[in-house]
Amino acid sequence: MIEVQNLTKYYGDFIAIENVSFEAKRGEVVGFLGPNAAGKTTTMRIITGFMPPSAGTVRVAGYDIQTHSIEARRQVGYLPETTPLYTDISVRDYLDFMGGLRGMAPARRRTRIDYVIQRMRLEEYAHTLIGRLSKGYRQRVGIAQAVLHEPEVLILDEPTIGIDPVQVVETRELIKSLGKEHTVVLSTHILPEVSQICERVVVINEGHIVAVDRPENLSVRLRGTEQVKVEVRGPARDVSARIRRIQGVREVTQRDGASGASVYTLECDPGSNIREELASAIVQQGWGLLGLQAVTMSLEDIFLKLTTHEDEAKPQ
Amino acid sequence: MTNTLLIARKELRTYFGSPIAYVIMAAFLAFTGLLFIDSLSTPFREASLRGFFVGESFGGLLGQTINAAFVLLLLGPVLTMRLLAEESKLGTIELLLTAPVRDFEVVMGKFLAGLAILGMLLVMTLYYPLLLLIFGNPDIGPLIAGYAGLLLLGGLFLAVGLFASSLSTSQIASVVIGLIILLMFWFINQASNFFRGTPEFVFEFVSPRTHFTNFARGIVDTQSIIYYIALTAIFLFFTVRSLETRRWR
Repeated sequence: MIEVQNLTKYYGDFIAIENVSFEAKRGEVVGFLGPNAAGKTTTMRIITGFMPPSAGTVRVAGYDIQTHSIEARRQVGYLPETTPLYTDISVRDYLDFMGGLRGMAPARRRTRIDYVIQRMRLEEYAHTLIGRLSKGYRQRVGIAQAVLHEPEVLILDEPTIGIDPVQVVETRELIKSLGKEHTVVLSTHILPEVSQICERVVVINEGHIVAVDRPENLSVRLRGTEQVKVEVRGPARDVSARIRRIQGVREVTQRDGASGASVYTLECDPGSNIREELASAIVQQGWGLLGLQAVTMSLEDIFLKLTTHEDEAKPQ
Repeated sequence: MTNTLLIARKELRTYFGSPIAYVIMAAFLAFTGLLFIDSLSTPFREASLRGFFVGESFGGLLGQTINAAFVLLLLGPVLTMRLLAEESKLGTIELLLTAPVRDFEVVMGKFLAGLAILGMLLVMTLYYPLLLLIFGNPDIGPLIAGYAGLLLLGGLFLAVGLFASSLSTSQIASVVIGLIILLMFWFINQASNFFRGTPEFVFEFVSPRTHFTNFARGIVDTQSIIYYIALTAIFLFFTVRSLETRRWR
């Protein structure tokens, strides 16, 4: 649905993004993750056709954004970073205007506007001037206009910023449900959001893509090992020795846990999946198995690891 | 075309949703009303709007310096100042230019909205000629020609104002830029006093004031019509280009 190839953008001498390539298929929610000024907004502006790239190509639903701009733009619903809206116009009039620009026939416009107004809980404010709305309601209007024409592709630049927690949950649900039939690319700073709604993550830092993967795969890839935590009641030395004999275990560290039990942290080969064997081994020895858990790296860890590698290289 | 009309309709709605349209209408009516009275307060009163339209040697005391065309020149950039500057200030330009709409449709839509307001302004002043018709026996030709001239002239002012509005995110700055361009054009015919031959003709021809004087006298010259339309088109074209450079910056 979206094919981004070798995208490069210079602002004067400053390189905003360089050789950015990724793909988003139909029915996929792709998260765009990166610190401030990493190039997220620049990439989105290029995909939506607001700015041309210095080099590289973007195809949206098969249309090149530069040579078939109008056709490509017709497939896109866009929510820019700061949710820009006209202030001297009512919510309903605004949606009607945006729907018209996207080429929606009046009858369809009416039914769709009714639907998005109800869906985004804007009924009460349908005839209020947008300038009088609070930040959260403006954000809802912004999302409403992006999904209004049921676009094939949705580009959302930080869609859940500034709205209340209940609405955040609803918005994520909405994006998720839209992601079933449409293609969604969203950028965010909020890491749990990515693991909740995105099937794939593109991590970008200083204009370069540093990782593209499923959120759960990222942790394995980065660590180079899988980690398992197990809590066992039993003689610590024997337990450690038994665990070490299991195929795939590289290292075991032990620390004391609650009520005479110990917590063992195992570093294992990627893909070895030793949990079943581990559990039966412990039970066979007659020790008490209190807990067993595969540890995934949190997205915060991944994010930090991916974007701050230079600092790590410095001697401590 | 549909997109152009959509944008024009939205802009008109915005004009009347904010005080700006009303303020400009009030200002225009107040100024032109004053000029109308002034143009009739001459020793040799005649039932005509020449003094109102172009002032100068026809007008009363005020009309020596100011006339309806000049009031339009001052208000034109104010009318157009927000059309594009506000879009870039609010950031809404990003949604407008990523919608499946061509740049020139955006520019034409905005221009049409301004033209519609201009039309309303002129219609509201129609009671001046109506008064002349009731209380005098004016020559109809110059009245119609004068209004046609004001419409063409106003269109040019709007195109220049719209171009100025595309250059900046500040509405104040776009008014100032618009006024500078317009005043330069307006008074450039004065430079013809310093030359003989071709330059004299060029400076006369380039100024919208020269052409408008003919209209007010009832002379509708095809050359003048083409002049106004061409110059308006050039500034609209500049505006489209200016929008494009914003993309490339």
